[in-house]
Amino acid sequence: MQWETVIGLEVHVQLSTQSKIFSGASTAFGAEPNTQACAVDLGLPGVLPVLNENAVSMAVQFGLGINAEIPEVSVFDRKNYFYPDLPKGYQTSQMYHPIVGPGEVEISLEDGSTKRVRVHHAHLEEDAGKSLHEDYHGMTGVDLNRAGTPLLEIVSEPDMRSAKEAVAYLRAIHAIVTYLGISDGNMAEGSMRCDVNVSVRPAGQAAFGTRAEIKNVNSFRFVERAIAFEVERQIELIEDGGQVTQETRLYDPEADETRSMRTKEEANDYRYFPCPDLLPVVLDKAYVDHLRDNLPELPAEKRARFESELGLSAYDAGVLSSSRAMADYFEAVKDVCGDAKLAANWVQGELSGQLNREGRDIADSPVTAAQLGGLVLRVRDETINGKAAKQVFAALWNGEGASADEIIEAKGLRQVTDTGAIEAMIDQVIADSPVQVAQYREASEDKRGKMIGYFVGQVMKASRGTANPQQVNALLKQKLDRA
Amino acid sequence: MHDKTLSELATALAAGEFSSRELTEHYLERIQRLDGELNSFITVTAEQALASADAADAARARGNVGALNGLPLALKDLFCTRGVRTSCGSRMLDNFESPYDATVVERLAAAGALSLGKTNMDEFAMGSSNENSYYGPVKNPWDLAAVPGGSSGGSAAAVAAGLVPAALGTDTGGSIRQPAAFCGITGLKPTYGRVSRYGMVAYASSLDQAGPMAYSAEDCALLLEAIAGHDPRDSTSVARGVPNYRDELSASLSGLRIGLPREYFGEGLDPGVESAIREAIKVYEGLGASVQEVSLPHTDLAIPAYYVIAPAEASSNLSRFDGVRFGHRCENPSDLIDLYKRSRAEGFGTEVKRRILMGTHTLSEGFFDAYYKKAQQVRRLIRQDFLDAFEEVDVLMGPAAPTPAFDLGAKKDPLSMYLQDVYTIAINLAGIPGISVPAGFVGRRPTGLQILGPHFSEQHLLNVAHQFQQATDWHRRRPAFGEENS
Amino acid sequence: MALDPEDVRRAAHLARLGLDDDEAAGYVQDLSRILDMADRLQAVDTEHVAPLAHSLDTTQRLRADEVTEPNQRERFQRCAPAVEDGLYLVPRVVE
Repeated sequence: MQWETVIGLEVHVQLSTQSKIFSGASTAFGAEPNTQACAVDLGLPGVLPVLNENAVSMAVQFGLGINAEIPEVSVFDRKNYFYPDLPKGYQTSQMYHPIVGPGEVEISLEDGSTKRVRVHHAHLEEDAGKSLHEDYHGMTGVDLNRAGTPLLEIVSEPDMRSAKEAVAYLRAIHAIVTYLGISDGNMAEGSMRCDVNVSVRPAGQAAFGTRAEIKNVNSFRFVERAIAFEVERQIELIEDGGQVTQETRLYDPEADETRSMRTKEEANDYRYFPCPDLLPVVLDKAYVDHLRDNLPELPAEKRARFESELGLSAYDAGVLSSSRAMADYFEAVKDVCGDAKLAANWVQGELSGQLNREGRDIADSPVTAAQLGGLVLRVRDETINGKAAKQVFAALWNGEGASADEIIEAKGLRQVTDTGAIEAMIDQVIADSPVQVAQYREASEDKRGKMIGYFVGQVMKASRGTANPQQVNALLKQKLDRA
Repeated sequence: MHDKTLSELATALAAGEFSSRELTEHYLERIQRLDGELNSFITVTAEQALASADAADAARARGNVGALNGLPLALKDLFCTRGVRTSCGSRMLDNFESPYDATVVERLAAAGALSLGKTNMDEFAMGSSNENSYYGPVKNPWDLAAVPGGSSGGSAAAVAAGLVPAALGTDTGGSIRQPAAFCGITGLKPTYGRVSRYGMVAYASSLDQAGPMAYSAEDCALLLEAIAGHDPRDSTSVARGVPNYRDELSASLSGLRIGLPREYFGEGLDPGVESAIREAIKVYEGLGASVQEVSLPHTDLAIPAYYVIAPAEASSNLSRFDGVRFGHRCENPSDLIDLYKRSRAEGFGTEVKRRILMGTHTLSEGFFDAYYKKAQQVRRLIRQDFLDAFEEVDVLMGPAAPTPAFDLGAKKDPLSMYLQDVYTIAINLAGIPGISVPAGFVGRRPTGLQILGPHFSEQHLLNVAHQFQQATDWHRRRPAFGEENS
Repeated sequence: MALDPEDVRRAAHLARLGLDDDEAAGYVQDLSRILDMADRLQAVDTEHVAPLAHSLDTTQRLRADEVTEPNQRERFQRCAPAVEDGLYLVPRVVE
């Protein structure tokens, strides 16, 4: 039987505010346990929450970034349950009136096509602390530094049909939040985590199958693998005559499998009700308009502009706009060298290749955009040829010079375009290679094309790679063919 | 000294008749001598009080002091006080020394006031008799067989007995006004949002409000001025200027339109209380006020709505008491669930558990719409009753409680206790201010006149109450308790 | 609306309140009577009435995004029943 996979994602994005959503404690990562948990975060008796304006602004910016409705009124609710990392015994969240209404995200697929994934809503909530399971005399330690960090939970519709689409969606969300600068998107530090809802159904069936929710998946790769495993598990289960149970599962990256979270007790009842310590958040039109007017260019717009204004191919535009870091880098290179296509080739070619080989992110590339721009500029104005350019790039990568110009000078890589100088080198090569010259001249026209390579190589070698290869070629042809 | 009102003490201190240290020592001596019987304090902070008194005296010598400089007060034991036990009348917090001060505590200190200690209360402010305290019941100084009312029973009894000239209480469904009435003092519940709730241990967040309890309306005005105003730490505190509440105390009441809610004079009202209230109304007529009957048609729904909303909020507010970061923790918990269940079972008393269970049940799946949402809708109707009434009249008057103080142990059934709040509870649901002023006695037990006004009408309410106190001396009466040996 | 013992047990579990059987039985009675009283609300027509969560029609004020709270761990943990290495200790949590 043909099976269709149905996936919906709940993405939790940690907003990069300075202070927490309801308190003035710092949100910085990596502090000593409980040193960033203030009275409000600890839920001490008598404390009260006050909402962080930046968390609101960031949430609204996200909403505008996905063309979502921004309701005038949103309300915070309490989600009640007991857990050691939840100090108040409830999480302040938004159940009934979220701050961001329905919107949509465009995702790019590997075949170059795009697809729209609907976002059901996004809401603000506070993060919980962390339980540390090292052994403290048989006890668990609780660190509440993270408690109260603002989260934007982005809930998609079940619009994705493959693990690849899910990953593309997650990448698109990642790109939007990092473009907006509302999150660092650092998945390793937990700034972005997601819960994946997966179900399968026979192809052509309209009704959804029973879904399993995979909790807290924290990398693009794990999302793909967790879905792959889960889909296979569900299909096997059904084909063996079983049934999928609606449950929460955990992805174990080491075993590369999902497994049922031990149900500690019967189904929870969160008893949501409006938080009486917070009032309705009312966003007037002027406020929303102001944020809209000040939105940065987002991935989709950037991609379109790269195509239409810079004349890049759809593929190049897609790759170069895939992350804000990549796009910013590319644009800086382009601005310095003044040639978008050349800049695109270098960023996607030499630079990306080297980054991939060393497993680095473009944000911490050893070659800065200004340096690469300077290098590409010298390629463009033919100060150096392609071969020398690669040498310069390697030197920049290894920190052998502050700029391309400096390295070109130091290594003497400036391209020789002086016809006289090149002619002198050619004459020398011809004089040194009587056998090859004779062979060349005896050869038919169609074979000569191949044979000329030898002479070009010799001349380039003589110039230590700095001669302009096109010039060398043309002049050689003239001289060899003359006799 | 202890027969003087807070305002008179302020004048006497300013005139140098005695020092703050002398005054403080006098009250501390009375507490030591008399509170064993009354049980109005949970914690007495004598040392800090004397140190603060000395500081206040020194400040006065330098000049330029706050309005409450050197005046001793007491705080209901749910205001967080740094370094001092803040118990909420509960075993759960018996070991809890707050690491921070409530905003109102900071404000009183900034005005120069000092605290003699923390007063007894119904556990987590849940009760109308002060019998639900881990620290035992408080007695009514007018009649030791009677309750002082609740939940701010300790504050009311301490003031009435002259153990402190004024105190702060909190009022979620009548917890300032009813004990003020039972103990023959003046108690003001301000408009919701007028006084910061930061550092006040929450019972029902949308209803809780702190307020002054003292001998006179003038005293309440003095205190309210110090504690009212916007607090950036409390989202529900209102950013609105604080008037000088004493400025208008002497304004004439000529032309004042008084409304008597029909529903507040019906079945269940003690005839003695009713006649005291009717006498008080006559005093107002003598002051130039006109009286008309009005209706608050949804009055009988206030108790049902309250006993859905308040327990629901409480069930969530009290979840933080889990034995992890503060408060009572059971011995040797076998696992997490055991830690929670035993710590909370041991830490909370019967009434608190009852309301947590009630609130948990009404919020749970399948019941939320029928109870919680419905109660919130009815809450709007109740508020509208008041808004409509204030279109016709300036203030509403009626009894603060249906009976005078009842006997200790008389109300064993929770429902009959809940009905005590029949005239006070709707006011919290509507968020309007209300004041209870002494209005006579039924036998030995005092009774209180409740005066209600529109949102943020405290200045006017205090004026209306003060004029009554200029014409009567009920607020000057003191119980015989403790006087035989003094 | 009358409650049965199961309702009370369920609420007690959700609220993490340990109850013995006698207490539970008492609460079944009390809560049933309180709910009966609360059922008076059902008689009112509220079809066109919006729920009122706060008595004042005000809206949420926002706080500037500034770090204002210094580290006070030592003070805050003085009232904690069990801490070690700055962590609050609880019985082992099994994921």
